[in-house]
Amino acid sequence: MPPDAAQKGRDARPFPPGEYPLVVVGSGPGGLQLSYTLTRLGVAHAVISADPAPGGMFRRFPFFQRLLSWTKPYAPAERGTRAYERYDWNSLLAEEPENRALQAGLMDGSSYFPSRAEMELNLATFAERAGIVVRYGCRWEATRRESTAAGDRFVLETSDGEYRCRVAVFAVGVAEPYVPPTPGLEHAPHYAETRPAETYAGKRVFIVGKQNSGFELASGLLPWARAIVLASPSPAKLSVVSRSLVGIRARYLQPYEDHVLAGGVAVLEASIDGIERTGEGETLRVTVRPSAGGDAVTFEVDEAIAATGFVAPLRDLPALGVATFGASRLPAQTPFWESATVPGIYFAGTIGQGAAGLKKHGMPANSGAVHGARYNARLLGERIAEKHFGVVRAGRRLAESEVLPFLVEEISRAPELWHQRAYLARVVSFDPDLGISDAGILPLAHFLDTVGSDALAATIEANAEGALYPVIYVRTSGRTEEHVLPGHPLHDFSTAEHRRALVSLLAELGAASHKPRTGEPAGRHQGS
Amino acid sequence: MAQAIELADELAGLALFADLPNPQLQAAAHEFEEAWFGEGERILRQGLTGSGFYVILDGEVAIRAGGRDVALLGRGDFFGEVSVLLGEPPSADVVALHAMRCLHLAAPAVHEFLLDHPSVMYRILLDQTRRLRNTTRARG
Repeated sequence: MPPDAAQKGRDARPFPPGEYPLVVVGSGPGGLQLSYTLTRLGVAHAVISADPAPGGMFRRFPFFQRLLSWTKPYAPAERGTRAYERYDWNSLLAEEPENRALQAGLMDGSSYFPSRAEMELNLATFAERAGIVVRYGCRWEATRRESTAAGDRFVLETSDGEYRCRVAVFAVGVAEPYVPPTPGLEHAPHYAETRPAETYAGKRVFIVGKQNSGFELASGLLPWARAIVLASPSPAKLSVVSRSLVGIRARYLQPYEDHVLAGGVAVLEASIDGIERTGEGETLRVTVRPSAGGDAVTFEVDEAIAATGFVAPLRDLPALGVATFGASRLPAQTPFWESATVPGIYFAGTIGQGAAGLKKHGMPANSGAVHGARYNARLLGERIAEKHFGVVRAGRRLAESEVLPFLVEEISRAPELWHQRAYLARVVSFDPDLGISDAGILPLAHFLDTVGSDALAATIEANAEGALYPVIYVRTSGRTEEHVLPGHPLHDFSTAEHRRALVSLLAELGAASHKPRTGEPAGRHQGS
Repeated sequence: MAQAIELADELAGLALFADLPNPQLQAAAHEFEEAWFGEGERILRQGLTGSGFYVILDGEVAIRAGGRDVALLGRGDFFGEVSVLLGEPPSADVVALHAMRCLHLAAPAVHEFLLDHPSVMYRILLDQTRRLRNTTRARG
């Protein structure tokens, strides 16, 4: 609710326009998790949001009101523990036990996929209980740079006035509808403009796009539409085949089964040549060209919907120098989610998937989903605190006897490693002067491309054949080698075989010879 | 599928995809993923498993072995195919010399893509043959 001029004098909202060390834009999961971390680290910052309340995209989507990401009320790990986070994809992370695993307590038991409303409540409850302060109803509109005597500033022009800051974080999601320049696509409302399902009763519906949004619509329209066609040039990817979040999720596979059983849904590999109104104007004629070759095919339908994806709403940041790439126009980022081309601008939340990491074996990280982005945001908060505000967290010193059980526990249960495979790593430093210390969770790409003291990085990784296994990267004398540990049918990485492998690698690092000098504190290894 | 049409137009200008008709170009634009690397960033890392196949859209990379740049590649060039086809980790680093935009296809998808698009396979074969000839000449 932007105030009018008369109201401005008595506007009780926090963070009025002005100068702040750091400004965070957005109040979805990314903005909330980052603000939580920054506050706990004592970094002063302002959070502004165009929305009237927390929740980000979950205030509106998914269209059919049920999430794709699960929270298991009953799981192999006790609710509220760190290990439980592996089974709860939707709660944000908190240090206080009472603020953890909130989503599980806010579900009605009808599904282990929360409803959209339950997810929105989960985020609002977290924001309220954790005391996250946001100036709502304040829309970021433009950005520029300014040189001052005190140094360079970003100026964020908003509906409420100007904010100046040294560091800006944009947690603005990837939810701006995108419509490609296909002739006639103006006749196809975007996914975001889909009407209530019952208004499609008895109609023939053509859906442009075969990703999750297209299949979500098709699933929701199955009880209503007379016939459904989904088309895009390449074959539909299925998550159960890709073994990742890339692909249509199992929940939305019903239209696909309907297609293969010839029940009234058609899933086509074809590019769209054009969409036009028929002479009478009441129906649409859609012409497609099969990817496999052959003649164009024409469909007459009653409705068309463009499930053609979303892009990041970066406004004028590209004009400021922020490089973007790819289908979603994501900003190019460093492994710590900083713009690769404009230092001082960072990204949190789903937009952080622009820092793609290694994508080993083609397996992406889960940075586009809450259960990946929440760890990125926590790490980003720590990074910004250290780099820009001098808040350095000393690494926890480990006794030599602690290292093996610590690593076994991490590869067995660390949710950061399980959710962000081959992307986030547990790093243990073996510094000849400072001894052995836990250097924390770090982006794997950062560890691999940074020169530093002897250290190891532990990850969980997967390949396209479905194998899941720990990988240990050992850095000695500036050279890093990859060691793939065996998998296990039940993903038990605490076996004698795994322990033996770890002992051998620790011997390579000469753990026994790295004893700190008396009285010296442990520190984070160089480059962390 | 955002921007796939624009990307298909871009692919049409690269020798590797020059023989593909438009619907297949659009399908290829969907199959490959766009990626971006900053100056000095490693795209392939020597000795690490799980790499992929890359086609350069903009920018330049160096193939770096033993701390020495042994080759430079630019727009339209590709790399990573040796590691993918042999199922072995890369034997050299590939480093972006400045901001570099490219297409990426993960190793497990390369086999099927090449079988589905023999003209692309033929272009790769031509390139490899030229490299082999040049190496042989250099040694001879």
